[in-house]
Amino acid sequence: MSKILIVAEHLDGKLNPSTARCVSCAQAIDGAEIHVAVLSDSPDAVAAEAAKIDGVAKVLAVANAANAHPVAQVLAPQVAKLAEGYSHVFGPSTTFGKDLMPCVAALLGVAQVSDIMAVESSHVFKRPIYAGNAIITVEAPSSMTVVATVRTASWPQAGEGGSASVEPTSVTATLPEHTRFVELKQGKSDRPDLQGAAKVISGGRAMGSPDAFKIIYSLADKMGAAVGASRAAVDAGYVPNELQVGQTGKIIAPDLYVAIGISGAIQHLTGIKDAGTIVAINKDPEAPIFEIADIGLVGDLFQIVPELEKAL
Amino acid sequence: MKILVGYKRVVDYNVRIQVKPDGSGVVTDGVKLSANPFDDIALEEALRLRDKGIATEVVVVTLGPADCQAHLRNGLAMGANRAIHVVTDQPVQPLTAARALLKLVEKEEPQIVLLGKQAIDDDANQTGQMLATLWGRPQATFASKVDATDSTALVIREVDAGLETLEVQLPAVITTDLRLNEPRFIKLPDIMKAKSKPMETINFADLGVEDGNHLKTSTYAPPAKRSRGVMVKDVAELVSALKAKGLA
Repeated sequence: MSKILIVAEHLDGKLNPSTARCVSCAQAIDGAEIHVAVLSDSPDAVAAEAAKIDGVAKVLAVANAANAHPVAQVLAPQVAKLAEGYSHVFGPSTTFGKDLMPCVAALLGVAQVSDIMAVESSHVFKRPIYAGNAIITVEAPSSMTVVATVRTASWPQAGEGGSASVEPTSVTATLPEHTRFVELKQGKSDRPDLQGAAKVISGGRAMGSPDAFKIIYSLADKMGAAVGASRAAVDAGYVPNELQVGQTGKIIAPDLYVAIGISGAIQHLTGIKDAGTIVAINKDPEAPIFEIADIGLVGDLFQIVPELEKAL
Repeated sequence: MKILVGYKRVVDYNVRIQVKPDGSGVVTDGVKLSANPFDDIALEEALRLRDKGIATEVVVVTLGPADCQAHLRNGLAMGANRAIHVVTDQPVQPLTAARALLKLVEKEEPQIVLLGKQAIDDDANQTGQMLATLWGRPQATFASKVDATDSTALVIREVDAGLETLEVQLPAVITTDLRLNEPRFIKLPDIMKAKSKPMETINFADLGVEDGNHLKTSTYAPPAKRSRGVMVKDVAELVSALKAKGLA
């Protein structure tokens, strides 16, 4: 029987939806008992949210002032301690999980499975390599704890309606003091979160300037969509880095993805391959983005985008 | 201070890789190989810290087959002082790589280990974090700015929510994100100079690294193909196509 511990991601007292996606992945393992660990300086509100996720049997609330900010080397010894008695420890394949989970794996002396996209059995998983251009089937050693990150774009959010018990839990572990959290500068936005949005509109280098990006924001607001960008648009300074979609940015799976002025480099395509419908608008009919687009339109984006906004 | 830089050789980022028809791997014969892009950024950052007078020596390290020497010479031509080649014909998984790097760290005693945040072949994003953990030292992953003194480094990290700043005591492991810097180009005279720079060769087996606890890969498959899309001729057609799918 599999007993799975999921490390919750949270910020400002709110649970990140990636946690409920990890629960879906854990539920794909037959007969799994799923617990969620919330490590924080004040975990109560987040733990209460986690307890409502369908499929969660128990929430471990670990309160410690040292956990006020998610410093991987501080969290890892606690998670490794909590892992005792569990067959699996999962975290989301977000920057939080990618930073933390390899530390947990190293403390437990096991290899980590990165980016689980499918579960074959309790120890056999599918994961992407080479920017998603090959999918491998990997088997984790059966005698040891499975430490893994879950590719959030591959899994739906588990629903609400659960009523797990919340257990205040104390962990005895020596925590390092070699790292000081200084600050987090958040991109302020009223738009839907890029990773959870049902619709995403992205702009690329062809936008030409930060100012020109306004037509993307305007279209996104009309459609209730989140805004994303290619690496070229981020590097050119048109938008902040947290909007980057692709192999090294965010990997997303919205119902609708609209790529505007994006040529479609391999590294960008890996971030959107699982989108329900991909729409490409580009003036170059040979752009690689058209090879994976469900609907393509060749033309000048500065004409098409405002026209599209009006027509919707 | 001394900086150790991990410098992996991978299939060039522009290559469209092909899965072998029998599912035993990806085609790498005759395919262009290059430095992992994130490792070039790591090396560039180490060289800049040396240019600023913070570092005195930059050492590049590769774990790979015998023909990785040309790859290491590239790192030397870019500006590294010397190279260490750990020779192995086996693919090295992150935990083993971290254990091997720890052996070198114990021997070389660098103040900073700079690695790429991920290798673009296995996309694991693990080695730096595992090394920091085994070493018992701080980590600053996904760095987009590094300000180092003799004893600390102030690192801005690219996280999902925005930009996070950490201050870590040295020695520490830092992994690089794309926007940390723009790696320099190699000049011809530097290629000549690199030929006389020291390169140490160590057999992987001689490091005494505990192997095992590996993931076993059974099959390689191409990703699911998306079905062929349609081209529309104007916005009106686009809108009706979206409406037909219930997306507008």
